[in-house]
Amino acid sequence: MSLEDAAALITDGQSVGIGGSMMSRTPMAMIWQLIRSGRKNLVCSRSITTSEGDLLLGSGLSNHIITSWFSQGIMWGISKVMRAYVESGQARYDEWSHLAIGMRFRAGAMGVPFMPMRPMLGSDVLASRPEARVIDCPFTGEKILLVPALNPDVAIIHVHSCDPYGNARIEGLQFMDIDLAMAADKVILTTERIISNDQIRRAPDQTKIPFFCVDGVVEVPFGSAPHECYGIYEPMMNHLDSYVRKVNSDPVGGMKSYLDEHIYAPRSWNDYLNLIGLEEVLGAAQRGRSVHND
Amino acid sequence: MTKLAAFTTNEHLAVLGARELRNGQVVFAGIGIPLLAAALAQRAHCPNLTILFEGGTIGALVEPGRLPPSTNDQRGAKRSNMVLGSSEVLLLLQRGYVDIGFMGGAQIDKYGNLNSSLINGAGDKPAIRLPGSGGGNDIASLTNLIVAMKHEKRRFVEHVDFVTSPGWLRGRSTRHQSGLQSGGAFRVVTELAVFGFDEHSREMKVIALNPGVSPSQVQENTGFELLFDSDLPITQSPTPTELRILRELDPHGVLTS
Repeated sequence: MSLEDAAALITDGQSVGIGGSMMSRTPMAMIWQLIRSGRKNLVCSRSITTSEGDLLLGSGLSNHIITSWFSQGIMWGISKVMRAYVESGQARYDEWSHLAIGMRFRAGAMGVPFMPMRPMLGSDVLASRPEARVIDCPFTGEKILLVPALNPDVAIIHVHSCDPYGNARIEGLQFMDIDLAMAADKVILTTERIISNDQIRRAPDQTKIPFFCVDGVVEVPFGSAPHECYGIYEPMMNHLDSYVRKVNSDPVGGMKSYLDEHIYAPRSWNDYLNLIGLEEVLGAAQRGRSVHND
Repeated sequence: MTKLAAFTTNEHLAVLGARELRNGQVVFAGIGIPLLAAALAQRAHCPNLTILFEGGTIGALVEPGRLPPSTNDQRGAKRSNMVLGSSEVLLLLQRGYVDIGFMGGAQIDKYGNLNSSLINGAGDKPAIRLPGSGGGNDIASLTNLIVAMKHEKRRFVEHVDFVTSPGWLRGRSTRHQSGLQSGGAFRVVTELAVFGFDEHSREMKVIALNPGVSPSQVQENTGFELLFDSDLPITQSPTPTELRILRELDPHGVLTS
């Protein structure tokens, strides 16, 4: 299916789990399309949130982010877009520890209402999360934290390859994507390549997500740009640098201009890649593929 | 007289942090100075140091000149022993496989609690939302924690505005009472001194001074009353070997300038 078709599987206000982490395997093309398709007020959850989180808030695609960390990336300090929306109350940022996000997706994937865990006890991260509960363990009597299952309406995940049915391969770091896929009620995959079911069956140990939880597959080469996809491309840092300069100097106007120029104006995802530029994309690909060199 | 090597504050922090690591340990490192310090230790005195990253990497080998931009990317994973899911690697902390956690800090208090979530407003100054925990809370909740940070009075405060990553909470046995059964703030290294924590009160304590720094200078740059060990050794300045390794790892000064 096309990105437009996939976007039609998501309706305003739904909860959407986002695959990848930080600047890795972000389903950027899907987010780009959801903004273009005019979706609003999604509740978005992700392990760690970076520049895509700015776009979620700045476009109105989301007004509620559930995550463990939210800025543009490590090297740029604090996102002024995140600050502008969260500090003014226009958007909600629910902060959990990184493991707590993982255990919430895991509980969702396991079909149980919660998972027990130890981190967050004693901290203000816990004090600000009334959804979590501290209990005395019925077996040992020790204090333990219970975090509630997170079952997003839809998960959007970018993968290296999958067959037309959705049997998917993820290379390198899988982050929380397998739990997320199993936890969500629907799964949309964007993939660098669509491969045949014969290919999948030649190496079934490489399949990380089974087809029966997948509802849509879209082939989108460079679908995580300007973020990375393990072994294929690294982050496109010049583009991200200029993006951050633009939005951090003016979180409203700078964001509007980025959305106009890079999200709404391009005719297609490939046209967006054109705006990032051939040199930047190929440089990222050369660095990305270098993990296979030695 | 031998001319002392010039070095940046961040290089100093990386060297002091690296020296706190021991060969054979398993260290869970955050991005920035901790990653660099762990990589330095691995190439200096800890060849059998196992470095973990929250992105899922076990046994990282940082490539000189190609520092990872985060702990969740392919550079951090390249040539490691194993990649796991993020939850799986964080669960290694909970199971007790990790000897040391190592993080940077924006704001710390006298019990070693760290804040990376929220700076309260005061007067006409509005509150500031910071990026948040990431794996910081998980690491601090479950390991003996080393923190490397710049020493400024506004960063060393009596009480942090928000406990993102727990140290000894309110001192004495409050960490244990909260349900955290293991770990706790172990060391803080700054450009002025090296700190531990009193074993009873759990208050921050100066245990070594950096060359040319006086106890009063450390106190003046700290927003709470410090304890001082009765015997205060002077740390060795970064050696030429340590600085050479650091500059091979980070030739463009991405993390060390």
